[in-house]
Amino acid sequence: MTVNIDLSGKKGVIWGVANQRSIAWAIAQKLIDAGADIAFTYQNDRLLSSIEKTTSSLNDPILLECDATDDSQVEKVYKEIQSKWGKIDFIVHSVAYAEREDLGGNFSDTNLHGFRTALEASAYTLISITKNASHLFGENGGSIITMTFDASVRVYPGYNIMGTAKAALENEVRQLAVEYGNRNIRINAISAGPLPTLAARSIPGFSEMTRAHREKSPLKRNINHNEVANTALFLISDLSSGITGGTIPVDAGYGIIAL
Amino acid sequence: MASVIDRVREIAADKLSVNLEDIKPESSFTEDLEADSLDVVELIMAIEEEFGSDDNPLEISDEDAEKILTVNDAVNYLKSNNIED
Repeated sequence: MTVNIDLSGKKGVIWGVANQRSIAWAIAQKLIDAGADIAFTYQNDRLLSSIEKTTSSLNDPILLECDATDDSQVEKVYKEIQSKWGKIDFIVHSVAYAEREDLGGNFSDTNLHGFRTALEASAYTLISITKNASHLFGENGGSIITMTFDASVRVYPGYNIMGTAKAALENEVRQLAVEYGNRNIRINAISAGPLPTLAARSIPGFSEMTRAHREKSPLKRNINHNEVANTALFLISDLSSGITGGTIPVDAGYGIIAL
Repeated sequence: MASVIDRVREIAADKLSVNLEDIKPESSFTEDLEADSLDVVELIMAIEEEFGSDDNPLEISDEDAEKILTVNDAVNYLKSNNIED
């Protein structure tokens, strides 16, 4: 028997495509291949040309400018989606940011501004983009996924405040899963091993992370974008209908290793 | 094919939205060409893409990337990795 994952007629919003190497873009391509319709948001003008270039292979893609830390802009995006589509079936949240000076160096040097910036951009935004979209999901509910990293529970020197932000994010996934469970809206996080994205490469110690994962993970290699996209496809599809509130590792098994 | 230095200059012009003629061998990406930290990361990744291939990928480590401050630095790094005109 063949199992096909068919997302024809499913519509969703993807937050966080910066360029060709973004995890969100790998996921987008996979979902499109499965038949889904997608709208993309981008943070500001700085990223417009990059997202235009990235999505240039698509036929007339929907690109919406939105700073996800601004509630009114998030509401506006969903109003546009509502008038275009009426409803949505899924959301991909792949948004994170920290000030450059808060990555690397001592964790305790993080100041209040840096703390707020990282937590607002990387953790608060999941609440906002979920809440403001909840009325757009139909009777059958839907699926929301976000991207996290092992540094939420274990220490990766240099990852610093982003580890705090990812811990908050994973906690939100659980609380949101409970709140929206009765409407069959499922919310899960994918905890991916290090991938060479724009965001990841900005972290001092990124090379060391990939080396550790390559040498110590049970599969003795780094994961790739496609493996994360496949898991995203599964979590967006009805094949994962029994899974919510979870943090699903796609890390070549690195998370189980102590030494 | 264009020389290594011209390919690096082309990448910098594209990623940093500056005029090609303003990019000299000694130009510092952050000081002369006003790149911010994300721009620099994009630049490094674009250099990897331009000079690497699927069979022979180019991976510039954090430590090496930190030392690439100017166009010349990039060209010298590539030279030390046997990428020359």
